[in-house]
Amino acid sequence: MRTISADEIIRAVARLCVRANTVLPADVAASLDACRASEPWPLARETLGLLQDNLVRAGERDLPICQDTGMACVFVELGQEVHIEGDFERAIHEGVRRGYGEGYLRKSMVADPLRRVNTQDNTPASITVRIVAGDQCVLTVAPKGFGSENMSRLAMLKPADGVEGVKNFVVETVRLAGPNPCPPIVLGVGIGGSFDKVAALAKHALLRPLGEANPDSYYAALEGELLEKINALGIGPQGFGGKTTCLGLAIETAPTHVAGLPVAVNVSCHVTRRATEVL
Amino acid sequence: MQCKLTTPVLKEDLKQLREGDTVLLSGVIYTARDAAHKRLMELLDRGEKPPFLLENSVIYYVGPTPERPGEVIGSAGPTTSGRMDAYAPRLLDLGQSVMIGKGARNQAVKDAVVRNGAVYLAALGGAGALMAACVKKLEIVCWEDLGCEAVRRLEVENMPLTVVLDAHGGDLYERGPAAYLASLN
Repeated sequence: MRTISADEIIRAVARLCVRANTVLPADVAASLDACRASEPWPLARETLGLLQDNLVRAGERDLPICQDTGMACVFVELGQEVHIEGDFERAIHEGVRRGYGEGYLRKSMVADPLRRVNTQDNTPASITVRIVAGDQCVLTVAPKGFGSENMSRLAMLKPADGVEGVKNFVVETVRLAGPNPCPPIVLGVGIGGSFDKVAALAKHALLRPLGEANPDSYYAALEGELLEKINALGIGPQGFGGKTTCLGLAIETAPTHVAGLPVAVNVSCHVTRRATEVL
Repeated sequence: MQCKLTTPVLKEDLKQLREGDTVLLSGVIYTARDAAHKRLMELLDRGEKPPFLLENSVIYYVGPTPERPGEVIGSAGPTTSGRMDAYAPRLLDLGQSVMIGKGARNQAVKDAVVRNGAVYLAALGGAGALMAACVKKLEIVCWEDLGCEAVRRLEVENMPLTVVLDAHGGDLYERGPAAYLASLN
């Protein structure tokens, strides 16, 4: 048994909130570079260049890459040999409160969905915990902007709809989103499970580094095919037209019921952020 | 075509713009997004004066991050404009000449743009640090309780924007992707 204090968690979460919002993950930045190099449409190439300039500017001025510094989605892989000293969930919320305050990040959370009063400190965090083997605590903060989140969709397809039904739903989601989610986008796709599970799969899929394929070759091929279909839509960076509509797409799956084929598409933008620390 | 515009933006100056043109905008613009638009409507319903002159005004749909000490503004890219579609036609009919945001608009907004000789310009979505560099001065005008959604008066210099909806019915979000796809054949 190893002890980790709530204070260590607070400090780590605060650091991760700031880092995630100011430094784009290397795989996402590399994908932007590669897409710009292979983009044939002049306006699209120019637009991708400006997105690269923005990353440089954010780094130089210590500014958030995007003003929508998001809902703080915190993913925890908690080793079952770990004992947390103090209140675990409260520590995560407190880390978010500190990170968003000290990092001059935007407070975008309202306490109630209909009465809409801002909590002024970006809490609460959205927390997902998985208990795993070992004595480590792996914390990932993935701030999620809502320009893209609002374009996400979920469908309870029929088993007869099959893989074609899934493909059509994913491509249709991107077509309907058009310029709204700040393309080039990143997609997390969930297939299977239940109504709630499939959305969680889609969200979790956004954590996978771009360019890393699904370990199951069947789904790796499906990821490649979907990416190609989406980039044939012509939406392009910012929706102004071009080849680069989607930087990457990850599929996660789960066993499901004989009567169902749930599918969920979580849309993210070119500022797909995540930062991880291991305690 | 690239065009320089200075506020107040007169409808006459907007006639020359076509979807796909780039604009460098300088002068005074006002920020307002979801909650500020809602309050603006309530105020107009009560017959009260708006917090800034709507005639020939420029409204930027943005909620910036807080500014660090010594900085004018934090990160300040556009938010999704479609959420303001419910309010925009009324403001355009009252004289607003320029909307700045990102993302698609509905038919009612497109019609109001043409009817009033206005334009809808796109700022670079997700490029808040770059957009912030154009802001030289910031003052809160009203509704400070809304935090990032408070109405701010910004003085901007050479803010890089792209014409999406022009006064003649042009729409870059339709024409741009279509032109790219046509180039493949």
